[in-house]
Amino acid sequence: MFESVLITIATAATPLLIAAIGELVVERSGVLNLGVEGMMIMGAVTGFAVAMLTGSAWLGVFAAILVGAAFALLFGFLALTLVTNQVATGLALTLFGLGLSGMLGESFVGLPGVRLGAVDIPVLSDLPVVGRLLFGQDPLFYVSILLTAGVAYFLFSTRAGLMLRAVGDNHTSAHAQGINVIGIRYLALLFGGACAGLAGAYLSIVYTPQWVENMTAGRGWIALALVVFASWRPWRVVVGAYLFGGVTIGQLHAQALGVGIPSQLLSSLPYLATVVVLVLISRNRRLTMMNTPASLGRAFVPDR
Amino acid sequence: MQTTLEDPAGPLLEVRGLTKVFGTLKACEAIDLTISRGEIHALLGENGAGKSTFVKMLFGALEPTAGSILWKGRDVAITSPSEARRRGIGMVFQHFSLFDALTAAENIMLSLDDPAPASAVAARARDLSRTYGLPLDPNAHVGDLSVGERQRIEIIRCLLQNPELIILDEPTSVLTPQEADRLFETLERLRSEGRSILYISHRLEEVKRICDRATVLRHGRVVAECDPRRETAASLARMMVGDEVQPVIRDKPAAAREVLLEIRDLDRRASHPFAVPLAGINLAVHAGEILGVAGVAGNGQGEFFEAVSGEALQERPDAVRIGGKDAGRLDITGRRLMGAAFVPEERLGHAAAPFMTLSQNLLLSRHRTDARAFLARLGIIRGTIVARAAERISAAMDVRKAGDDPEAAALSGGNLQKFVIGRELDRQPRVMVVNQPTWGVDAGAAARIRQALIDLAKSGSAVLVISQDLDELFEICDAIAVMHGGRLSAPIPVAEATYEKIGLLMGGAEPGHAAAPMAEAV
Repeated sequence: MFESVLITIATAATPLLIAAIGELVVERSGVLNLGVEGMMIMGAVTGFAVAMLTGSAWLGVFAAILVGAAFALLFGFLALTLVTNQVATGLALTLFGLGLSGMLGESFVGLPGVRLGAVDIPVLSDLPVVGRLLFGQDPLFYVSILLTAGVAYFLFSTRAGLMLRAVGDNHTSAHAQGINVIGIRYLALLFGGACAGLAGAYLSIVYTPQWVENMTAGRGWIALALVVFASWRPWRVVVGAYLFGGVTIGQLHAQALGVGIPSQLLSSLPYLATVVVLVLISRNRRLTMMNTPASLGRAFVPDR
Repeated sequence: MQTTLEDPAGPLLEVRGLTKVFGTLKACEAIDLTISRGEIHALLGENGAGKSTFVKMLFGALEPTAGSILWKGRDVAITSPSEARRRGIGMVFQHFSLFDALTAAENIMLSLDDPAPASAVAARARDLSRTYGLPLDPNAHVGDLSVGERQRIEIIRCLLQNPELIILDEPTSVLTPQEADRLFETLERLRSEGRSILYISHRLEEVKRICDRATVLRHGRVVAECDPRRETAASLARMMVGDEVQPVIRDKPAAAREVLLEIRDLDRRASHPFAVPLAGINLAVHAGEILGVAGVAGNGQGEFFEAVSGEALQERPDAVRIGGKDAGRLDITGRRLMGAAFVPEERLGHAAAPFMTLSQNLLLSRHRTDARAFLARLGIIRGTIVARAAERISAAMDVRKAGDDPEAAALSGGNLQKFVIGRELDRQPRVMVVNQPTWGVDAGAAARIRQALIDLAKSGSAVLVISQDLDELFEICDAIAVMHGGRLSAPIPVAEATYEKIGLLMGGAEPGHAAAPMAEAV
């Protein structure tokens, strides 16, 4: 019982973690892309459709990654090249993604999907308690952990990561240093979009292999909140994602056990927790100010 | 060092007819300039004369509209800062181009083209800092460093490229006199190695002291080229500003006066990580007196101004007293109603709302103090009267503007500053507090503002001026106090004050004189 709860927490947390780690890189470069939800839902519908039509879950995953990145490219063209307002553009992207996915997915509603099964590392997965939790998960669980480690290493131990952080801290200075601000931001956006697409595919291929309209159900917004929750630090995103995953699953179990609280209220718990955590975090101004990318959301136009 | 076909005796850099046009504004017009090897060449000019635009073109940050740049005798197009660096041109910016959230070593790494590991960069930076006497901790976060330390990072970052021409954009404007002396030693050392320096400044004494040649810009054009050592400060000033400046006239301060603004044991905690806490500040400004607060930027002047103006409230009501009454718990409007007026440092966005007209900006700051004149019943605005008042202020302060009532952002810095100061003066305040009254303002407007402050004091008001410009403080103040690290020294009467004395206090030296209050010292 306990082990299976932990495993379901991991499956609830993994899509949040993947989407948030992508957005973290985007925000570290100084771009605020509020379109995570839209890119995620597009990844979900594409992943489901491609997996079903080809019969290959992995092809679905790759298609979702490509579509997420394509949506991010659209955002980049609008917000970076045409210098539109980032907040408005991100919101538009989310609404566009929700609408488009609903239309594209209409004929897929209710059809059985293809599931990406769990891997089973022999011997290790038979270990008591932690065996299945650590060594018998779906492949994307391992991808999410590797992504976090990779992003943490990239940001704080490589020159390219240093340049990305510099662009996010002060894009005017970065430009004066000869760093290609727009180019770096495009790459960061593409990575963030790919991650969001992957997170969407996780929902429709691993979490529940089916397509339901609006199936992301606000997870993109939670991913955005997680980035702030983690104060733009990769490993703290893991903590946050599992915390929220835990609340989500706990709420399900509470409902199943017939706790005398309306189910609607229980379903709102993760969002309530988000608000509480954001309030707590913003109270510590030193923590937020030292880590917040100072150029976040600000338009950059080189004066040439 | 160079192994090329170029003529080693020829000039290092020759600029011909360099022009930059922004819209209809000619920021630089047909500028010619030559820099030889191993010389310190001054580029002189008022704010807005086109100095920064010119060097940005040399450094590849701006694209020239016309003209050519000859580097070692060859015509080159410098299209980006990294290309400028590759050719051997380095630049130390005026508003530092550092990244606050990164460490000193990370900042340096970013400007290197070869991807060297962090430890190697730190070691090289340490070597250079030792060679040129520029102490530096590679692992310190830039956000925690003083302005002088930040400048050292900039210079070391520039030297790591091994440049032949180093451009310094107003390097001493943020330094104490002692820090500036250290910088000059570094520059002379660089010159002795055969490097050339383009030194941008509007401080004439230091140009006379260290520069071999000077090119003077006015309104985007070269108006003179000279040997600054053969000129006087006055003759250089005339070249820079033309005949627009009138000398400021000042009388002796009157004796025996009441205290109109008093600060008692003012403490203030830092409100955010980069703020300076204030501790134990005492100050008294008398009727008819102008008191100056000197200090290097970022030593608590902004926090002090907020506390005095009421943007930040005090815990004790008697920490700030205006006209003999407690004002520490009152907000800005409350303090204004007691007869005080405030002009903050930033013109756009703080002293004035950029996209509102001058008359609207006037109403914003005086709708309570002048409610009877400006507002009819139910708070309806009397547009004509407000517009007429704005016009009166513009005329009194010689504000040059396009149109009758333009948006604040449409005015040049100097003209807007004249307006925001005139807006407060128009009320004849008993207490006036100004932060950086002439920062980034051309000489003509600055003289006008200074004269207006002196006239206000002569009429019996108390004036407190916070400024980084020592020349300005010596020109207009009766006494000068120095702010360092959130503490304020006792005021020194100008008659006893010297640049050296003030400079030492700015650098954090203990006040050597008695901490006697101003009233007894006079």
